[in-house]
Amino acid sequence: MVAEIGFGALIVAFVVSIYGILAGLYGARRHAEPWLESGRRAMLLTWPLITLSVVCLVALLVGGHYEVQYVYNVSSRFMPLYLRITALWGGQAGSLVFWSWLMAAFAAAATLRKWDRDREFLPWVIVVTLVTLAFFLGLVIFVENPFVRFWQMPDGRQAVAMFAPRGATPLVPMDGRGLNPLLRHPGMILHPPMLYLGFVSFVIPYAFGVAALVTGRTDDRWIRITRRWTLVAWLFLSLGLILGSRWAYDVLGWGGYWGWDPVEIAAFMPWLSGTAFLHSVMIQEKRGLFKRWNMILIILTYALVIFGTFLTRSGVLSSVHAFAQSAIGPLFFGFIAFTFIGSMGLLLYRWNDLRSEGVMTSLLSREALFLLNNLLFMGILVVCFWGVIYPLISEIFTGQKVTVGPSYYERSTAPLFAALLLLMGIAPLSAWGHSTLKTLGRALWKPLIASIVVVIGLWVGGIRAWSALLAFWLVALVSLVTLYEYYRAVVARHRRTGENYLRALWNLAGRNRRRYGGYIIHLGVVLMALGIIGIELFQTETQGTVQPGGSLRLGDYTMLFQRLDVFDTQDGRNVARAVVSVFKNDRYVGELHPRRDFFYDSQQTMTIPGVRSTMEDDFYVILVDWQSSAQGITFKIYHNPLVNWLWVGGLVFILGTLVAAWPDREAESPRARAAQTLAVQGA
Amino acid sequence: MSQPTVELPKPRGNRAKFLVGGLLIVAAIIYLIASSTQASAQYFLTIEELKARADEVVGREARISGAVLGDTIQYDPQSLQLSFEIAHVPGDNKEIEAQGGLAAVLHAAVNDPSRPRIKVIYHGVKPDLLRHEAQAIVTGKLGEDGVFYAEELLLKCPTKYEEALPDQAGS
Repeated sequence: MVAEIGFGALIVAFVVSIYGILAGLYGARRHAEPWLESGRRAMLLTWPLITLSVVCLVALLVGGHYEVQYVYNVSSRFMPLYLRITALWGGQAGSLVFWSWLMAAFAAAATLRKWDRDREFLPWVIVVTLVTLAFFLGLVIFVENPFVRFWQMPDGRQAVAMFAPRGATPLVPMDGRGLNPLLRHPGMILHPPMLYLGFVSFVIPYAFGVAALVTGRTDDRWIRITRRWTLVAWLFLSLGLILGSRWAYDVLGWGGYWGWDPVEIAAFMPWLSGTAFLHSVMIQEKRGLFKRWNMILIILTYALVIFGTFLTRSGVLSSVHAFAQSAIGPLFFGFIAFTFIGSMGLLLYRWNDLRSEGVMTSLLSREALFLLNNLLFMGILVVCFWGVIYPLISEIFTGQKVTVGPSYYERSTAPLFAALLLLMGIAPLSAWGHSTLKTLGRALWKPLIASIVVVIGLWVGGIRAWSALLAFWLVALVSLVTLYEYYRAVVARHRRTGENYLRALWNLAGRNRRRYGGYIIHLGVVLMALGIIGIELFQTETQGTVQPGGSLRLGDYTMLFQRLDVFDTQDGRNVARAVVSVFKNDRYVGELHPRRDFFYDSQQTMTIPGVRSTMEDDFYVILVDWQSSAQGITFKIYHNPLVNWLWVGGLVFILGTLVAAWPDREAESPRARAAQTLAVQGA
Repeated sequence: MSQPTVELPKPRGNRAKFLVGGLLIVAAIIYLIASSTQASAQYFLTIEELKARADEVVGREARISGAVLGDTIQYDPQSLQLSFEIAHVPGDNKEIEAQGGLAAVLHAAVNDPSRPRIKVIYHGVKPDLLRHEAQAIVTGKLGEDGVFYAEELLLKCPTKYEEALPDQAGS
């Protein structure tokens, strides 16, 4: 019964979406307000409908209804309540429902905004959003239905179907297979929802962009409306990526946080184009430049979001060749092609209307440096995209499967990331419109000299690798420039208003949240860069097999193996847990418990490292093997310097995004106000 | 649009400056991609292909896959040297499906002495999953001596349980 209600709600939501699309189209064509209003309400209605479906699926999961195939595949009796709930996004079909639900939440929220000032966008926002939603609902209903059940046929065969085939009786398994153990980690509870939230909320700025193209409003209104949506989307996407890295570091047990896996890249690509978009819309707002480029970026981001959803959802993906095996692959490609070609066609149609309102004059002006920033982000995007599709291309043209490994991505993105860091140090100091080496130099020389002093200090301290020195110099430069910018602005404000320094800082950030929030984000990026430099350039590792009482050394650290406990747990795991003591420079610093969990229900193992984490470094121990060798137990140890700064930087980064996205009191910029005044005078 | 716009005289010289700068950066990115692709390309080969093209593949990064022969596994836990032989399996997914799925293909491969085989040497801990009839995916280089020196070793065990349907409760 619950399954029928859940499935029924999906069908109704699908029909309502289609109706909303038609009502929106008709209302726009006839300028019929009642139809528009009806379409708006349809969009609002999708959310409660899909909510009902989600509630049904969660009820089935929690209630252990293993006759439902999805429940059977992703849950088991051993799993605690919270994992049964999060199993909602533990498999393909459920996560598509979850995706649609979040999408509908954003769609509903968009209908509730004040529409009186830009009513002409409404029908097209409805159409674009609901087309996207209808596509996903269609996938769920016709291809990946999470409510299908097992049936026992009269002839003894077993079948999987939504409704009982003739003469069949329900087949109710005792227990499910259980969620993939890798997904039973707290990081996995938050990571997918964050990523999906990031994905779905980019649909809204895209919908407004398309609406602006259709209606021919060529000003920056659509960008202003969606500024906060975009930041929120970007915030969730960033959170999703950071949580995913943390999860990999904690759970996957290979001492790393990012492996340039196609699935990771799929989530990273919309982030790259979204970041470029966030920067370049500022030029359109300030200077009226890059209107076409901003449209291209948002269209691209949307296409990459859909592409990313597809890649991350077809869980089996280990190489791009897995595409053809999934039934939903061609549908996704069809949908991406349809939306991408459609929106690009619209853009071409409006091409001449989207002429820039000015020109760039100076190579060192803020807008030119923003353009450079965009080029670099696009460069990284192209590197990623090429890496993902290269096996396909090489097979088509040479008949030979060739892939590129992580070294490809590291080699080609490292200089681009370094250039971005450098730009982050310079760009905040350059002026809009016109900037010369002289004006830039005047602002830059103090932090520049200070950063060089830092590098000399590091050199004296014994670091000789030029790549590390260069990286640390960039990090020092950007932090110093950013802090110096804050310092100058606070002092100026203190002089002008007489506020104390703390109050001046608070008010400053409050007055121009995007700018000062952006600087906090930059600081976060720099701290993350510090962690990445630490682990990428200075990671050391060793491995060895030892008896109880034996020890392994790595750098300043010694690890003493005490004992191994093997035991069963209440929730269906067999745990092999080693107890090791860690000494640094022969001083006892703590005990670690690297372990291996074997899950009986899914017959899979999970390696959980023991990590001693400080701001200086992580000592990371993995229990590799305890069965096959008579010589003892095999451990692998990593020493990861500075890696904690990656997570600290992530927190700072998120904080900065929150500051930037926090609602401003002043909604209009001086430029928009000036344009309004002009328009009033002209009228 | 109704907004009055002022036509500014366009300074042409600037345009060229931006164009040249942009093109230089684009060229640099293309160079980075091309050279990195060249440097880190991994060839996907079956063992048959590897043997047939040994001359051109020696010393280049390649990724091969094959069925593990259980009695050839040798492991020294002190030096962490691991060696084993793998037998040819088709590289194409469709072909594997046509021959009855991965498990059947692996089973056929280890029981067919006429299949091309290759010795793999790897330094590191012996994975739990390395056993008879497992699929090994190894990345590394073919040596002059005809042995494949692996830098990375991945294993897949076809679990019958993937395709299995459940049992009725209480039956």
